[in-house]
Amino acid sequence: MAEITLSGITKRFGPITALDDVSLTVPDGAFVVLLGPTGAGKTTLLRLVSGLDQPDAGRVQIGGQDVSTATPAQRNVAMVFQQYSLYPHLTVRQNLEFPLKSPLLRLPPEQIARKVGEVAEVLQITHKLDNKATALSGGEMQRVSIGRALVRNPAAYLMDEPLSSLDAKLRADLRIELKRIQHDMGATFLYVTHDQIEAMTMATHVGVLDHGRLVQFGPPRQIYEDPVSIHAASRLGQPRINILPATLFGPAPAGAAHIGLRPEQIRQGEGEDSFVRRVEHLGDQTRLHLSFHNHDLITVTDAHTGLKSGDIVRIRPEKPLYFDASGARIHQE
Amino acid sequence: MSYSITEPSRAQKWMAGILVVAYAVITLLPLIWIIATGFKSPSDSIAYPPKLFFTPTLEGYVNLFTTRTRQTAEFLAANPPQTWYQEIVAKYGMVIAGPSRFGERFLNSVIIGFGSTFLSVFLGTLAAYAFSRFKVPLKDDLLFFILSTRMMPPIAVAIPIFLMFRQLGLSDTHLGMILLYTAVNLSLAVWLLKGFIDEIPREYEEAALIDGYTRFQAFRKVVLPQAATGIASTAIFCLIFAWNEYAFAVLLTSGNAQTAPPFIPTIIGVGGQDWPAVAAGATLFLLPVMVFTILLRKHLLRGITFGAVRK
Repeated sequence: MAEITLSGITKRFGPITALDDVSLTVPDGAFVVLLGPTGAGKTTLLRLVSGLDQPDAGRVQIGGQDVSTATPAQRNVAMVFQQYSLYPHLTVRQNLEFPLKSPLLRLPPEQIARKVGEVAEVLQITHKLDNKATALSGGEMQRVSIGRALVRNPAAYLMDEPLSSLDAKLRADLRIELKRIQHDMGATFLYVTHDQIEAMTMATHVGVLDHGRLVQFGPPRQIYEDPVSIHAASRLGQPRINILPATLFGPAPAGAAHIGLRPEQIRQGEGEDSFVRRVEHLGDQTRLHLSFHNHDLITVTDAHTGLKSGDIVRIRPEKPLYFDASGARIHQE
Repeated sequence: MSYSITEPSRAQKWMAGILVVAYAVITLLPLIWIIATGFKSPSDSIAYPPKLFFTPTLEGYVNLFTTRTRQTAEFLAANPPQTWYQEIVAKYGMVIAGPSRFGERFLNSVIIGFGSTFLSVFLGTLAAYAFSRFKVPLKDDLLFFILSTRMMPPIAVAIPIFLMFRQLGLSDTHLGMILLYTAVNLSLAVWLLKGFIDEIPREYEEAALIDGYTRFQAFRKVVLPQAATGIASTAIFCLIFAWNEYAFAVLLTSGNAQTAPPFIPTIIGVGGQDWPAVAAGATLFLLPVMVFTILLRKHLLRGITFGAVRK
């Protein structure tokens, strides 16, 4: 297991700049989650670390060694692809054995069999081991592709939305399993996801990418509570942070153009009237769709609330976040 | 897009059936004629109207594989035929003088046909992979140039090739013919195989690269098995060309490396118009390509429809 350091990474595809001067350190044993909308450069970043693509500028170091010109095999990283990329002409077992049979490792057969058995057990695919890789459901394929990474003991695991097509139960199981692997084995993870629960529960660090730039990097709580911009603030939080004109609730700090309110920053029962447009009962919580001075906002209330659409509820902001016209955060003293 | 899902009527089904049978008869008729003639006696073979029913004989095959000399009645009486084939020629007052050259011509065809097919597919696969995956400078121009070698009939360059071969000592050698057929087939092989390899997503190789394999190992273990269909159908096309090629074979081979196509017509001159022997030679000549095609039939069918079935 090793530390990954990226310094000044720039990658262009023709006229498009996919990554723009990104510097990032994934500490040894850390679980770094990359967040960002589609096209922000998350997958490109993984591919540059893996060695499948070469950066136009900048250096990649793994375990203190400059691997900028090394082949993927020399970098000794395992990767889970978004499209699974299982070898279609092989069985599930052969797919899992494939990295262990590489000229890099050449493990003895008993060890390969034991490793494959263990991983299949964890991923609950033991009964499918002799199936063709193409004869699996999407969720099973995704598990095999995770398994193909886990059979090895690489310098780092690179994962591109590995849990996206699994059902909720299995996703929860695998979240815990991946976290356990990271914790017990001290494995280093660089992980791309859209799922906020994955980011909040598994990450030791979150990196927020916006148009190829790394705009914020830190522990998930910090990203959530102290975002640097509207973009970073919007990446975490369910329901999403409400972005409203800064002066909607009264005076705002100088230069503020927007006020950002997460559900817990909206105090109910005090302040001004707002109109309840819709009530969504989600079981463990209830979402309120409110209309306030002709602006829509969404907040969360008690699961057993008596509110219904058409009611009036009073709200006021509590410790809100302010952003300037460009979306950058304004810090108040 | 909408598709017609109307069940064809009984009359339409009959029509379709009749058309298929008619087409099969038309295509198979020359083949049946050749196979049948191979088992006819010389007089049956030129009978008019052609005989549908006849007494089969192996005369044609015996004549194909042997050279014969005419002998006097006294000589034949003194040396009665020992074997069934000696008996056949004895009826015509002849004895077998020795084997014909058909065997070695046929072997030449096998060596040159399969040799050039192997080389075309081998080089074609490597070139197609490179064109499909790597940034090759002037890629489109190179591909067009490769294709342009097929825009004229190969025989159009017969004279320069004849002179080149004579200068290089390649005339009438197996190597020369293998190289020539490979050169002609390579453009077809590169283009066909590039299409097949383009259809194999890159992600599989990328996964293999990450799994600790080199580019070449990934090619061998991941790309090749998936390109098997394309390779098989390309091999059939290459073999059919190299096997059937006549003009260059006439021009460039004579004694040593002559293939079967220029040899078979020469049979006709030996001892009268021996149609059964010619037909027997043609029948045997058809066999290897037929067997090869049947063996790879499954791949061929998929190969022809490949690319069309995907969006």
